[in-house]
Amino acid sequence: MTAATAGAFHDGSSRAAATNDLPRLLPPVQDGKRPPDLAAHHARHGDLPYRDRIGTPASPGALISDVEKSGLTGRGGAAFPVHRKLAAVLEAADRRRRTPAVIANGAESEPASDKDATLLWLAPHLVLDGLQLAAEALGADTAILVTHADREHDVAGRVRQALQERLNTRLDRVPVQLAFAPGRFLSGQETALVNHLGGGPSIPTFMPPRITERGLNANPTLVQNVETLAHLALIARHGPRWFREAGTPAEPGSMLATIHRGDGQPKITEVPLGLPLRDLLGEPQQTPAPESAVLLGGYHGMWLPAARAATLTLDNSSLEPAGARVGAGIVISLPPDRCGLVETARVIRYLALESAGQCGPCLNGLPRIAAAFVELATGRPRPHTVEDLQRWSGAVIGRGACHHPDGTARLVRSALITFAAEADRHARGRCSATSTAPFLPIPAAAAQTEADWI
Amino acid sequence: MSERLLVNPIDCKAHGACAELLPEMITLDEWGYPIVDPRPLPPGLERHARTAVNACPTLALRLHRTEAP
Amino acid sequence: MTLWFASRATGIVALLLLTAVMLLGILVTRQGRLPGLPRFAVSGLHRNLSLLATAFVALHVLTAVADGYVNIPLTSAVVPLTSPYERIWLSLGAISLDLTVALIVTSLLRRHLSRRAWRAVHLLAYLSWPVAWAHSFFSSGDLQHGILFVIALICAIAVAGAIVWRLAAAARDVPRAERVGLIMAAVHDRTSRGAATGPPRANDRDRTSTR
Repeated sequence: MTAATAGAFHDGSSRAAATNDLPRLLPPVQDGKRPPDLAAHHARHGDLPYRDRIGTPASPGALISDVEKSGLTGRGGAAFPVHRKLAAVLEAADRRRRTPAVIANGAESEPASDKDATLLWLAPHLVLDGLQLAAEALGADTAILVTHADREHDVAGRVRQALQERLNTRLDRVPVQLAFAPGRFLSGQETALVNHLGGGPSIPTFMPPRITERGLNANPTLVQNVETLAHLALIARHGPRWFREAGTPAEPGSMLATIHRGDGQPKITEVPLGLPLRDLLGEPQQTPAPESAVLLGGYHGMWLPAARAATLTLDNSSLEPAGARVGAGIVISLPPDRCGLVETARVIRYLALESAGQCGPCLNGLPRIAAAFVELATGRPRPHTVEDLQRWSGAVIGRGACHHPDGTARLVRSALITFAAEADRHARGRCSATSTAPFLPIPAAAAQTEADWI
Repeated sequence: MSERLLVNPIDCKAHGACAELLPEMITLDEWGYPIVDPRPLPPGLERHARTAVNACPTLALRLHRTEAP
Repeated sequence: MTLWFASRATGIVALLLLTAVMLLGILVTRQGRLPGLPRFAVSGLHRNLSLLATAFVALHVLTAVADGYVNIPLTSAVVPLTSPYERIWLSLGAISLDLTVALIVTSLLRRHLSRRAWRAVHLLAYLSWPVAWAHSFFSSGDLQHGILFVIALICAIAVAGAIVWRLAAAARDVPRAERVGLIMAAVHDRTSRGAATGPPRANDRDRTSTR
């Protein structure tokens, strides 16, 4: 995790004209590296505003209504409107006469992302407040916070500490269980998460039915990213209008972004949606070198030329026409001395190894894609290699139980476009990189046996 | 109101019966797994679609009624 | 007396059909093919023959009950140990019939059952068939001499052989968590040897199974 030194891991200053009340989630810089205890949390944000009312589908209650007005979307990557998820769980629970469960998803399986771990380290009480409020709005009797055990810093210890403080003051109405997900790329996927919590392996299941309809223990289940719940906790206190003071009208609010610029620790920063990407990438006055590239959206995202990326803003209205998405706010600038093809080849190999191996197209397609891409990046590719890559990428999209093959195909195709000039060089036996040091973070060992998935 | 074919890729073991029985909507990829046409089922094919659905040894192929046209 | 012969005849046919159903069922699980027939024919034949077999079993039971030569109450067709005639061997028939009915009914209602429940019942076929065979072999002397003895033996050997084949093949199946590692290594191997990748033939069998 990146919160190694005070101040360096997050940026307290706002960079958008839209608001000057950032950071909202992360503590202000002047608090230093001391994570807030419950008293400090209440001093900054106020008490936990329980609504004392459980909603029904006809009358969902003030929280869901506020969340709808605020326009809050999920911060786990899919950007699904939160009020619709809440409403779906409420409706399913009412119709099926079952008690829902709520899960705070801190299983941040994307290697290049660190925002969830940082949030849990610095503001666990905001996340836990959000969890309680969501549980209350849905009448849930089960609340679980999931994180990874194998993190550099003891995020679990921090959360346990926070839970103990809340226990001492009897703050939580629904007892919160702390659970751990294995460090696999697919572990944070919501069906894989529910599968794992239900005692199964950490691999996706097929939808329909959706988790909101039938999830943990066959109950309607809300799975929400920890950052989303933190925003929810603040909306409950300050209202939807306040939330909309940052961001854009179509995509309101702030979000946590993980920025990789050069070697060294990535930076976690809280920014308003709609922020120009060049503000995140640094040196806004300089034009990027002609072939420099940016990876937007993590390992299921896409490569864009840096010059193109610099014209875009951090919101889906701007990114989608370029084929990209905000995702979980991961922005990676490829250092000029590295080869984009080699880095992508490493990532694709990792993604192929992380396939659950359940679905034929993914199991058969991704390894072939990975091997072909390695050929493109390191050897002299054969005449059919690019054609194979295009065909296999197309062949796997939409044909798995989850979006793992889709995301991988997106990365491959965007790399083939953005690094086309580099590919030509490689075909002639050259490479423009001057460093072979690995840049994009990749966990050491991939799953080898069933035990790795449990 | 229309019907669409959907395959559960986890249950599918590439038996390949579906593609034989409904070649208009299902073809097999280079590994033997079905590529299902996601568009609504044309009216004349409903009987054949049901045969294909029933023929799947793992019940991976389903026919879903959807509200969308 | 005619009914008695009818019962023995339909019994033999039922056994042959059930043997075919067993063999086809095992073939379906290993995605085997019947030469000259399309893929859907294997599971299609398996199902159709199972219904035909059930029809012959029903005829076999009804003619045996209706016939006056020996006393077999209808209930003893489904309840073991209630027949005054050949109590043990008829009980086996009853047990096999009960299991077969469960198999057929769960398969007809498969859509409404969980995968696990259906499979658990369907695996009872491995119990039902040997029991049916033993009932056939020992209930009357028919299958103990001559050509019918040879046929009975062939049925037993065929099913036993198919079961052994299935177990051996299943032992070579790769567990899910190991599939990825295996195919990554295989593909890497193939590419480094410079094997052609080009446009594939349709329905290339060169695949890693998700069985």
